[in-house]
Amino acid sequence: MTNLAQDLLSSFVVREPQLNGGRNLSIAALRKEALDRFELTGFPSTKDEEWKYTNLKPVLKHDYKILLKSDDAVAFSDIKQFLLSDLDTYKLVFINGKYSSWLSETTHSEFDICTFASALNKYPDTIAEYLGKAAPKGETFVDLNTAFADDGAFIRIKNNQTVDKPIEVLYLTTEENGPSFSQVRNLIIVGQNAEVQIVERHQNLGSTVNFTNFVSEIFAAQDSRVSYYKIQNDVTHASLVDNTHVLQERQSNVHVGTYSFGGKLVRNNLHFYSAGEHCESHMDGVTIIGDGQTVDHHTLVDHQEPNCYSRELYKGIYLGKGHGIFNGKVIVRQKAQKTNAFQQNDNILLSNKAHIDAKPQLEIFADDVRCSHGCTIGQLDKNALFYLRSRGIPKSEAQGLMTYAFASDALEYVKVPQLATRLNLVIADKLGINLEFAL
Amino acid sequence: MIKIKNLHARVEEKEILKGINLEIKPGEVHAIMGPNGSGKSTLSNVIAGREDYKVTGGSIDFEGADLLDLDPEERAHKGIFLSFQYPIEIPGVTVSNFIKTAINETRKGRGEEPMDAREMLSKMREKSALLEMDKSYLSRSLNEGFSGGEKKRNEIFQMAMLEPKLAILDETDSGLDIDALRIVANGVNKLRNANNAVLVITHYQRLLDHIEPDFVHVLYNGKIVKSGDKNLAIELEAKGYDWIKEENV
Repeated sequence: MTNLAQDLLSSFVVREPQLNGGRNLSIAALRKEALDRFELTGFPSTKDEEWKYTNLKPVLKHDYKILLKSDDAVAFSDIKQFLLSDLDTYKLVFINGKYSSWLSETTHSEFDICTFASALNKYPDTIAEYLGKAAPKGETFVDLNTAFADDGAFIRIKNNQTVDKPIEVLYLTTEENGPSFSQVRNLIIVGQNAEVQIVERHQNLGSTVNFTNFVSEIFAAQDSRVSYYKIQNDVTHASLVDNTHVLQERQSNVHVGTYSFGGKLVRNNLHFYSAGEHCESHMDGVTIIGDGQTVDHHTLVDHQEPNCYSRELYKGIYLGKGHGIFNGKVIVRQKAQKTNAFQQNDNILLSNKAHIDAKPQLEIFADDVRCSHGCTIGQLDKNALFYLRSRGIPKSEAQGLMTYAFASDALEYVKVPQLATRLNLVIADKLGINLEFAL
Repeated sequence: MIKIKNLHARVEEKEILKGINLEIKPGEVHAIMGPNGSGKSTLSNVIAGREDYKVTGGSIDFEGADLLDLDPEERAHKGIFLSFQYPIEIPGVTVSNFIKTAINETRKGRGEEPMDAREMLSKMREKSALLEMDKSYLSRSLNEGFSGGEKKRNEIFQMAMLEPKLAILDETDSGLDIDALRIVANGVNKLRNANNAVLVITHYQRLLDHIEPDFVHVLYNGKIVKSGDKNLAIELEAKGYDWIKEENV
């Protein structure tokens, strides 16, 4: 067992009495069971098939602080650049895993856009009803998070409500605690025929390393529409394991976009469970990383009911010694006839030291389905490059233009225009191109 | 304007150009004809700077500069334009953004200021009208889903926008129906003046009915084996290439 795992186990003893949910016996039991499972398994190693290409050792070796303090020194001007500042939004801001009321803008009027900690107090029955029902037991990081997490976003939209503006969730880490290991959790409950857009981001503001173990559970009721965008553009001493689990009821439509440009190690475990007929599940993303960066997309679509549609499009651009992993699993259960599942993963390696491990996985148990998947790994087309250069566009700009066009393809489903613009700017910046000619 | 002397070039291990000599002066139109595999496209690609072709001997002088020392984009900045036989599809990049980039990068390469946005727009309108292109072309992805004729018209549109000194039209007539051929040729003719030159590479004479050449050269087996005026093109059309091959066995 690693030192970190030991520290976690012993700090749980200190932590347990303070955990808000401790007063609700069922939540307390959930936490204890989760911790017990973690104690048995510990952290995964590269011997574990699901972690074969992603080595956690270098990011787990630090002497992380586990019980973290907030930091009052953060001002709005420090975080403005990480928000969609040209747009009115609801805001949930957390500093070192603690809610920051002075940076946030919440509401309880028509819908609940507040914190997991306050919901533990205010709505213990709701928490007990949903917590851990989408995220599977037995996954190390989920278990660990279930045991510890006491804050994060709580979003509950009642039936037939459309949230009037996007919700931004910002998780910040400062130097206050030194190297820090934070565990935060979202619970997002979207009622029948309700609609919501969420933009989420993790950001380290300091110079010390941090590791975030994050869980997000989304419950999309019948006919609901959820757009959930993840901006991963953290500094290169920040690591993140993001476990996002979406449980869909009939005719719901959920899109999760993951835009990964930063961080030292980012692992996305994104799981969709379509538990009703005629669900639509969309997941797409752009990854652009370079030296010293690893981004690992592990996706799962579990088609449990008939007549559902899933669409998966991941684009990756790897520079320097960047390392990408794509593992896309699609399960079509025996009952899930007439499933239409599409998966595409395209990668460009811009350097001969860049590295991608790509693994599409299809498990189909029904016999009347349409499933397609494709995976490409390549360099830029030489003929196209010559074509652009022959028109006077210098090589580096021509490469930039082509990679930009390649990447921006995956932004088609972004419904918030300001976010799409922002993402285009980041992509252009990462590729070192002048956006004037790319837009 | 351009002086090609004893040019030798190869692709992989195969020697394709075996000593080309050609001089083009401002205001002239030259045509290079020849059977398939004679080296026509190689010559145009070598002039434009495609890296797959290795120049093994000879020189190309373009207005006093050694062209073979320059990257493709630098050649474009100097005023060389190649209309591609097979224009490349670039999804996600619109025609208007592409051309805007090409013009402003060319200007930058020449140390000039970028073109004013309004001027750019009016020029795009004017030139697309010249090529009888619908306005919607400009917002479509470059060559994506274009028909053969649309692709070729789009090439000449780019030429019209970039105003090169030397335009090389590589098999521009292939895949064109008679109306498109007329539009393309008309576009090229409108762009001709005393300061620029055109090199037409073609297998058939029909484009030369519309773009009248001052000189016609026959390329065979990597060399120019015959030169003449426009009547040579007519003779080739009537007699085919076999007599050229027989003369040069």
